[in-house]
Amino acid sequence: MSSRGRLGTAAVVLAFAASAFAAEIPLADRRSGSDFMGRETRAMQDDDTANPGMLWVLEGGALWTRKTGAAGRACADCHGDARATMKGVAARHPSFDAPQGRLVSLEQRIGFCRTDRQGAPPLAYESRELLALAAYVARQSRGLPIEIAIDERTQPFLDAGRTTYHRRQGQLNLACSQCHDANWGRQLAGNVIPQAHPTGYPLYRLEWQGLGSLQRRLRNCLVGIRAEPYEYGAPELVQLELYLMWRARGMTFEAPAVRP
Amino acid sequence: MASALINVPERAKRGEVIEIKTLISHTMETGFRRTQLGALIPRDIIRRFACTYNGTEVFRAELHPAISANPFIVFSTVAVESGTLEFHWTGDNGFSVTESAAILVE
Repeated sequence: MSSRGRLGTAAVVLAFAASAFAAEIPLADRRSGSDFMGRETRAMQDDDTANPGMLWVLEGGALWTRKTGAAGRACADCHGDARATMKGVAARHPSFDAPQGRLVSLEQRIGFCRTDRQGAPPLAYESRELLALAAYVARQSRGLPIEIAIDERTQPFLDAGRTTYHRRQGQLNLACSQCHDANWGRQLAGNVIPQAHPTGYPLYRLEWQGLGSLQRRLRNCLVGIRAEPYEYGAPELVQLELYLMWRARGMTFEAPAVRP
Repeated sequence: MASALINVPERAKRGEVIEIKTLISHTMETGFRRTQLGALIPRDIIRRFACTYNGTEVFRAELHPAISANPFIVFSTVAVESGTLEFHWTGDNGFSVTESAAILVE
């Protein structure tokens, strides 16, 4: 190989290595995943009678008022009308839970309410009921800005999430940031790489033919880079959720969104 | 649990062409997939969808295994008189859902 060729290879390797430490996307340049979708998919998301995620919202609304568990209480017995009391709640999660002394996602928060206050058996992650309740709660925040308040209690979790986001992992040795900060807008096979702002979870993915949580999406990505995915509810996933939501702070919440 | 979302205009002018949108919750299991152990997952799909307008059938569709989960069916009809539109989905394993919507024709 000529010295010129070797130099060229070295430059390419360096450029790729440098992209692992790509700067965060400037606030003004952030775009929701819906901006990268086709016109038809966006129309599907915007029309409540065409958005399949609304089927889960409908079911969640029914579960909200259904009494369950040893306590014989429904969500509505404590929280009242979700349209008022749950407004903005999903846009503030994950959040710090003082009694538990840790960070909890929206799904986990619903789970605690169910086991501790209703005395009902816990709902499995990604079960239809849990997704329905999460979708119903998340729907009440549609159109509101994402508000993740970072204080001294949540700061360590945010830092841990940021570290995970920037850490190379898996057999492909890729970090989240290499695709979503350094190469967003470019093509990965037939798809456009989005900026990874979790603006619409839980959301309906056409590929899934169903509704799924942000953790399901994150696990998909981890499998994609051939890393061992964290278990549902693992602290690493919740920290990553927090970092992504903080990264999308101020952006409009659009749950239940539709994605290809 | 089956649930359906229906969008019919509440009011319409006589003779106007109206668009009707229906979305129903269903897995639409094709019958061609297998479990990780190789066992065939039995087919479970909606076979038929029909809409009647004051008792007269105005739209009918046959559904097949290649149709995605949660079928979204949009069609149009002519608003002839005030009354009720009835929607009926039937399918495998005794699946049967009926929904209705009222329309006011002026």
